[in-house]
Amino acid sequence: METKSVIIAGVGGQGIILASNLLSEVAMEAGYDVKKSEIHGMSQRGGDVTSTVRFGEKVYSPIVGLGGAEVILAFEELEAMRNLPFLKKGGTIIVNEYRIDPLPVASGTMEYPENITEYLKQKVKTIPVDAKKLAEKAGNMRTMNVALLGVLSKSLNISEDIWLKIIERRVPKKAIEANKIAFRLGKEVVENAEF
Amino acid sequence: MKAILSGNEAIARGFWEGGGHFATAYPGTPSTEILENIGNYPEIRSQWAVNEKTSLEIALGASFAGARSLVAMKLVGLNVAADPFFSASYIGSTGGLVVVCADDPGMHSSQNEQDNRWYALHAKMPMFEPTDSQEAKELTKEALVLSEKFDTPWMVRTTTRISHSLSIVEFDERKEVEIKGYVPDFHKRNLLPSNARVRHKLVEERTIKIKEFGENFWGNRIEEGDPSIGIVANGISYQYAREVFPNATFLKLLLTWPLPEKLIRKFAGKVKKIYIIEEGDPFLEMHLKAMNLGIKIIGKDKIPMTGELNPTIVMKALKGKDPSHFDIPKIPHRPPALCPGCPHTGVFYTLKRLKANVTGDIGCYTLGALPPLSSMDTTVEMGASIGNAFGIEIAESMRGLDPRKKKLVAVIGDSTFFHSGVTPLMDLFYNNGITTVIILDNRITAMTGHQDNPGSGKTLKGVPGRTIDIERLVRGIGIEHVYTIDSFDLKGLKELINREIHRQEPSVIIARRPCVLLPELRKRKYTYAVADEEKCTSCTLCWKLGCPAISVTKEKKTWINPDLCVGCGVCIDVCPVDAISLRDPNADNARKAGEEVLGWKQNQ
Repeated sequence: METKSVIIAGVGGQGIILASNLLSEVAMEAGYDVKKSEIHGMSQRGGDVTSTVRFGEKVYSPIVGLGGAEVILAFEELEAMRNLPFLKKGGTIIVNEYRIDPLPVASGTMEYPENITEYLKQKVKTIPVDAKKLAEKAGNMRTMNVALLGVLSKSLNISEDIWLKIIERRVPKKAIEANKIAFRLGKEVVENAEF
Repeated sequence: MKAILSGNEAIARGFWEGGGHFATAYPGTPSTEILENIGNYPEIRSQWAVNEKTSLEIALGASFAGARSLVAMKLVGLNVAADPFFSASYIGSTGGLVVVCADDPGMHSSQNEQDNRWYALHAKMPMFEPTDSQEAKELTKEALVLSEKFDTPWMVRTTTRISHSLSIVEFDERKEVEIKGYVPDFHKRNLLPSNARVRHKLVEERTIKIKEFGENFWGNRIEEGDPSIGIVANGISYQYAREVFPNATFLKLLLTWPLPEKLIRKFAGKVKKIYIIEEGDPFLEMHLKAMNLGIKIIGKDKIPMTGELNPTIVMKALKGKDPSHFDIPKIPHRPPALCPGCPHTGVFYTLKRLKANVTGDIGCYTLGALPPLSSMDTTVEMGASIGNAFGIEIAESMRGLDPRKKKLVAVIGDSTFFHSGVTPLMDLFYNNGITTVIILDNRITAMTGHQDNPGSGKTLKGVPGRTIDIERLVRGIGIEHVYTIDSFDLKGLKELINREIHRQEPSVIIARRPCVLLPELRKRKYTYAVADEEKCTSCTLCWKLGCPAISVTKEKKTWINPDLCVGCGVCIDVCPVDAISLRDPNADNARKAGEEVLGWKQNQ
């Protein structure tokens, strides 16, 4: 298999690091070589967070540059747009239709771009997801990230058993069931999507 | 067994497997997790240091007594530790001594982009550079053994992308090694000039021996491939280069100082031209060019000197191919901000209103420099705020002006004050300075992710440690005007700072409040503030706090995000028309919670 590169992008506090940890472990469990990279530090709270996961037979670089990712999984609309230049030609963006105002918008000095999903759709294959709704349905608002992984999982050709096994291993015990439900709901969003 | 580990976790694991006994560090991104992870191994004594210089001195002492020791620091931390670093090279090591240094190309969390490979060359200390987590583990172990074999401290240099990238690591068991015990060795460890002259000769001989060792070391090797391009790349750049040139001939070097000259010549004889792919300075390039290999070498003429590399940049530079396809319009950036309920916010808000000239320091509170607080003029390095302010005071008074009119304030955090703020404060006191110093005491080292420090009362291992009382420390220097105030007391802060900046004597204000992200505060459920749109006059005062929970509606009224607000009430105090109130005044809020955790008395 060619190396797959997935960028998970969003805002500090959205569970991005956990999501990329889950994806990495799933890929390792499936027998792939895996690398993952993210930036800690200044992005403690409110800053943007990006994590890259790459897996395949043999992976060298843990990151990709502009035009390097097959899939971008964006937890927030503005971050989907910001990361678009990292997408490969023919790549896919999964965008959570969720908006978190950055400080320049909150303080009224800049405008949040309108209709980001439409903008993305005109340029690349875009899968919009309302992860908040899925998490509500799953009965736990903290499962948004796993619901989004469910959407992503449709493209990766790794069995659901492995996903559920890793979810069981890594999420807090009392949230396992809700996360499993969220994962399946996410999967249903793109029954026939191909990447 | 195998697991996915970050480079930092792998270094910790390698130190443990290699029989490490003692480790210490001052936190600093991207190196912090090395010691945090070592802290989980019960066989290793590990502790947070007050600064990097101290950490290296203690580890060196442990090495004197035959303990396998490790220190870890970020790039600029090695500047702080440079003095013992150079001496340690002359003295050598009895117990294996590893100095891990994590550089930060791209400056994700640092004030400069210095390339610390020069330190290895400069201090004549051998250096490993891993290219992934497995090698980070193996090289840490290897460094412990070689440090003892060659009688030298050994540097392991990573970068952010090595420290913070995860890859698969195979585990081994720990190999126990005995601590040899302290035996005095005057000629080796007392660097009187007469001894040091002898030591220097030994250091030069040692470098030749290690160079010879490097010729056949497993980590230095030629990876055969297409001979038309030969690539030399270090650390993470090796991985980027492999991605872009999967079939080229590679010279992989894990021991990057001293360099194996024979192996390099052998490699040069196999290929038509050499690409040197390295982040930062042309370290390998300068040395390879100086070897007169008689072959074309392409390096920094194509590869950028600044910022991080990645596969796309390498491809563009050396293959002329640009895989990027999408441009986007200018969109709002997402700067990090002080958290809702952060105790620093009110202090910077007050300094802004007083129109003070503020010299700053390194920590979360450096964010007070950003709009809308915009109340920090300078950020230089750890501990600089106090000396910088004193220098401005000196120059202004030399112009014949009253420096008090400049409203000079130095702002420094508690951990940074312990790290390197005490000595400049002594200088200021001794040399008749009058500058006001504010110590932002949030009871933790917050920026790097909440490491304990001498003020927090706990050690790395989570057990109680002795606590340094900042007020007593400052009074001990001789400063008479020392005041502790609640960081949320905006009225009191304004009066106090205004009074002290006009005083003809030095004063220290300790603005105290625990960090709102402390574990014991973070897990509580708080009420939130609500703004009454009817009463709000759009005066903008609360917007100027820069609190992430406060935003502006389309009608230009204040709106407070209940998901983010922790009910600290600072905006309530700022509002001149009482338009903001707590949703449930009787419920728990960050202000009340902070006071409970602190258990402190105001002391004016």
